[in-house]
Amino acid sequence: MHDKNCSLFCRCHQAARPGRPARPRCQGSGDAAAMSRKRQRQQLADSLGRSAKHFNKREVECLIKLFDTLVAESSSRFAAAGFDRNMFRDTLHSAFGMTDDMIMDRVFRTFDKDNDSCINVVEWVEGLSVFLRGTLEERIKYCFEVYDLNGDGYISREEMFQMLKNSLLKQPSEEDPDEGIKDLVDIALKKMDYDHDGKLSFMDFEKAVRDENLLLEAFGPCLPDIKSSMAFEQKTFQEARKL
Amino acid sequence: MGAALARAAQWTAAGSGTGTLEITPLNESLLNQIIKFAEDFSTRHPQEAAFVFREPLEWKTQLGCSVFEEGYEIHGATVQSEAKGKDGQPLLLLTASTLRVRSFDQLSHLLQIAMEKKLKEAQACLEANRDPIMKILGPECGTVEGEDMSMLHLLEKVKKDDDPETEMKMKICLLLHQLDLQLLNSSLKHISQDVRLNPAAINNEVNLLKNFSGKGEDTVLESLEYTSDYMFCNGCRAPPWRQVHGEICYLVIKPHDTDPLYITCSTAGVFLNGGKDDIDYERKSDVYKDIVTFLRERSPRFVKNMAKQEYNFFKEPTYEKNYQRMEVVDAKVSGQSQNLYDLTEKNVCEKVKSSAARRRSIDKKKLEPSMKWKNTGKTSGRFEDISESSSETEEDEEQPVRRQEGNTDLPSEYWGIQKLAKYLKGGNPTATVIALCSMRDFNLAQETCQLAIRDIGCLEVLINLLDTEEIKCQIGSLKILKEISQNTLIRHAIADLGGLQIMVKILDSPDKDLKCLAAETIANVARFKQARRTVRQHGGIKRLVGLLECISVGSTSLTPYQSKDTEIARCGALALWSCSKSTKNKEAIRKAGGIPLLARWLNCSHANILTPVVGTLQECASEPSYRLAIRTEGMIENLVKNLSSEHEELQMHCASAIFKCAEDKETRDLVRQHGGLQPLSVLLGNSENKQLLAAVTGAIWKCAISGENVSKFREYKAIEALVGLLSDQPEEVLVNIVGALGECCQEQINRTIIRKCGGIPPLVKLLTGTDQALLVNVTKAVGACATEPENMMIIDRLDGVRLLWSLLKNPNPDVQASAAWAICPCIENTKDAGEMVRSFVGGLELIVNLLKSKNKEVLASVCAAITNIAKDEENLAVITDHGVVPLLSKLANTNNDKLRRHLAEAISNCCMWGSNRVTFGETKAVAPLVRYLKSNDPSVHRATAQALYQLSEDPNNCITMHENGVVKLLLAMVGSTDETLQEAAAGCIANIRRLALATEKAKYG
Repeated sequence: MHDKNCSLFCRCHQAARPGRPARPRCQGSGDAAAMSRKRQRQQLADSLGRSAKHFNKREVECLIKLFDTLVAESSSRFAAAGFDRNMFRDTLHSAFGMTDDMIMDRVFRTFDKDNDSCINVVEWVEGLSVFLRGTLEERIKYCFEVYDLNGDGYISREEMFQMLKNSLLKQPSEEDPDEGIKDLVDIALKKMDYDHDGKLSFMDFEKAVRDENLLLEAFGPCLPDIKSSMAFEQKTFQEARKL
Repeated sequence: MGAALARAAQWTAAGSGTGTLEITPLNESLLNQIIKFAEDFSTRHPQEAAFVFREPLEWKTQLGCSVFEEGYEIHGATVQSEAKGKDGQPLLLLTASTLRVRSFDQLSHLLQIAMEKKLKEAQACLEANRDPIMKILGPECGTVEGEDMSMLHLLEKVKKDDDPETEMKMKICLLLHQLDLQLLNSSLKHISQDVRLNPAAINNEVNLLKNFSGKGEDTVLESLEYTSDYMFCNGCRAPPWRQVHGEICYLVIKPHDTDPLYITCSTAGVFLNGGKDDIDYERKSDVYKDIVTFLRERSPRFVKNMAKQEYNFFKEPTYEKNYQRMEVVDAKVSGQSQNLYDLTEKNVCEKVKSSAARRRSIDKKKLEPSMKWKNTGKTSGRFEDISESSSETEEDEEQPVRRQEGNTDLPSEYWGIQKLAKYLKGGNPTATVIALCSMRDFNLAQETCQLAIRDIGCLEVLINLLDTEEIKCQIGSLKILKEISQNTLIRHAIADLGGLQIMVKILDSPDKDLKCLAAETIANVARFKQARRTVRQHGGIKRLVGLLECISVGSTSLTPYQSKDTEIARCGALALWSCSKSTKNKEAIRKAGGIPLLARWLNCSHANILTPVVGTLQECASEPSYRLAIRTEGMIENLVKNLSSEHEELQMHCASAIFKCAEDKETRDLVRQHGGLQPLSVLLGNSENKQLLAAVTGAIWKCAISGENVSKFREYKAIEALVGLLSDQPEEVLVNIVGALGECCQEQINRTIIRKCGGIPPLVKLLTGTDQALLVNVTKAVGACATEPENMMIIDRLDGVRLLWSLLKNPNPDVQASAAWAICPCIENTKDAGEMVRSFVGGLELIVNLLKSKNKEVLASVCAAITNIAKDEENLAVITDHGVVPLLSKLANTNNDKLRRHLAEAISNCCMWGSNRVTFGETKAVAPLVRYLKSNDPSVHRATAQALYQLSEDPNNCITMHENGVVKLLLAMVGSTDETLQEAAAGCIANIRRLALATEKAKYG
């Protein structure tokens, strides 16, 4: 099921970066390696428990465990250090019922802070922290990043068009199917573009969302809905408790 | 004929008194029918024709003596009939120009000789005798408003005594009723012919025809157009100077088969005008009742195609209804407006000159958009619904109002909303949310937008969105529904579309925002009975009560999490408040365990949640179970505490909860113990907010039923404040104020206070009111005041007793009883009471007749009043003449101790005149009285013993008493500690004994 780009994205990124907790080695053999991995994971959980403010240490451990499980389930071929794009997409789809590929790619990019096309365990935990339990500020920032397709700090008219282009039922009678989308973009701009520059800055977006929370996911679902996030949390955190 | 004369006939001066019959076709036909009836009477009903009227019909005639010939004796200007009544008086008497007639025979004869002056005579007769039936048959048969019982009374009489005269009366009465019906029928026909057109009816007809007009074979017309697009605010399109002629608008109609028709629509009907390029207002054809009738006459094709369209007609029920709608103009009104026309006619010439200028300005105005939508854009605010406070009575008040809607001149909002509706219908959740958010930018509080949403069909979509799994869409939709459900029409539409069921389901959602919104919307929608029932039947009450369950009650500083919970509870309480207006919902809330939860929230300190909580409680306090719970769950303390809140609405609900609960004595005590009387007294100072004032005065009234509370109120100077509020208040406030004063007056010192601060004149003035509840309270208060001789002087000076007495005529038994009770102290404390009572013409007869009432309280109070009246010998003689003795005797068989006591007192006092003692014996009052001694009420014993003592002065009564075993009973009473009782019992026994001795002496000599 991996497409051919996959190998590109899945290239290993083993080198530890400064300022980040040591990354668990994915490959290892023998007891010593297992022991050291366990210890590393312990350290990692400690430090993440402190840095990711919405999870406690135990929850962090559960998430790491889930990460390991999911990574292990995936192809062993690359012995990946994290999720690649497809794996992440599958996870989003199965755990949170997301369907829009473009949005899911953007979510992947947003999780992938270091832009190495691979979500490592730290990015995973920190991303989920906002994704599941983020404050309004965090979520506004997150959503804006998702919607700012080219990352230039603005959601432009074209980007909106891209994101909304599938949002209307195609009606055979309509002369120009894009016309409806363009109108919808206009409506959205009218509603949210406070400085009238024809594109949404972060300021615009933040103001609009604070005014009307529903606009947080104005251009497509990029956060879990309450039911699936509750189900996910329950499954992840409670199964661990049983163990 | 009484009813016909009173209602159908057109009198010049409104109301009763002297008026004259106008010369109108309607009146003329009524008179003619009456004349025919009277003329034929002697031949058709010879027996009845001989019946002598109770009072003569008397009027100023125009007939001279000369017309009277056979059968009359003429002495100068005086004419007498030869026929005489039983009493020897002539049945017809003409002195000067005054004519008195006393039988139908004479009446018909008179009409026959009057010849062409018939009509004038009949008119003069009816003008002088506004209620002829009363004169003919006596006052008991007079025309009354509402249910006419005279026939029944007569029938009863006929059944009872076989008096041929009564039977005769009955027959005449029947005949007259028949005439009455006949007159009403024919006048109805007259009025209904007078159907007039109005702008709305024409507009509807035009719209209807437009729907079936256009190119093509099957349409009824080629086209039809108004000549002017500009419409005045009264719906007319004709220029004002033509409107005075009743013209409404002008149309150009192009039928398929004739030349264009230029027609005028006026209030009188539809006709062809001089038409062509400029309107020539001259009428060129007959007047038709509407456009369709007009066209049927003019265009055969119209008739033909109309027949084809028939089916479609009925497919459009609303149009069909409007099409039929025409205004039946009350003939009287049209008469008046006729006068108006005459007046304005003079000005018309001047107006015509300036018409050209006017026309130009009108043309300019053509371009103006119609203001119709704006005018109807009245936002229905929340307050109207809040005032629908207590329960059942107002439940059905909220009827959907059908507003007339035009297809033209849609406002810009309409198109904007329609555009968004497209995305709601055909978009994925993302597009839907954007559209929903954008829709909220319209002013949803405006009726234009509310109705636009409904009319576009958007409401269905919004409700369908609620039924999806998309929380964001649900929230967005509810945010809109919450706003627009302020409108009555929308509320009904939401309920009709099944929105309530879905919202109730949403209450189970894990999303707190969603729950809040659903509850708030339910609160808005459930303002009418059917909606409230729907909520209950779908398990909504239980879920709403569930929203109140949360942990964080009482804390002052809230975490965001807790404040969310408080918000949920607030919304839940709001919805429960709306629902609690139905009795079954009150029950359901209780069963769902709502009371302890409400009690818990009552502890918190946030006005925004306290208001709906207390609102619900006061609504439910109409149920005894809630009143008990409010007392026992310690809610009184919190209610009292919140009386001092700074939110007037909250204060009002607290006060009205106390108002309803303080019927129970323990609650009243609790209010005092928690210091609630002072804040209540303080709130009397806020006389601006009438709703608050009504609730506060109500609470004071009920609390003042306890004497301890009254002392407190006196301490807080509440009595002075209440007296100060007696003027210029709405009735619901006055009822409570006067009720409170009535309770306070039970203490002597307060009666003095009321006098000193000038409370008596306003109270007496209120006796002239009409509100029944108010009258009950006022009479009670006045009666209580009258126990003070100094107060009584003021009441007497203000003629208060006469006012009280006239309230005995009030149809409401509560008022009657209360007035009779109030009369008692008045008689007791007036110096020349006997004289005063006699001065009320017919007063004594009136009160004696109240002894025929079926209401125990009325009977007891009237007996008490009679006791007092009978203290004056002359008055006793009068009431004896009016038959008080048999009426009292008839009441003797009662088990009601209150009535027994006052009845015995009345009997005892009535014995003092003539042969009344004997009559009481003959009417079998004695034996039942003896049984009263077995009652448990000591006051009954005392009154009965006194009555028996009085009655025992007659030997026959002694025998009856003895036979009924009175001696043993009385002997026991002699041992009583009550001296009056002792004395009366002993006196009675002595009388019996003396009789026995005398008999023995007579026997054995």
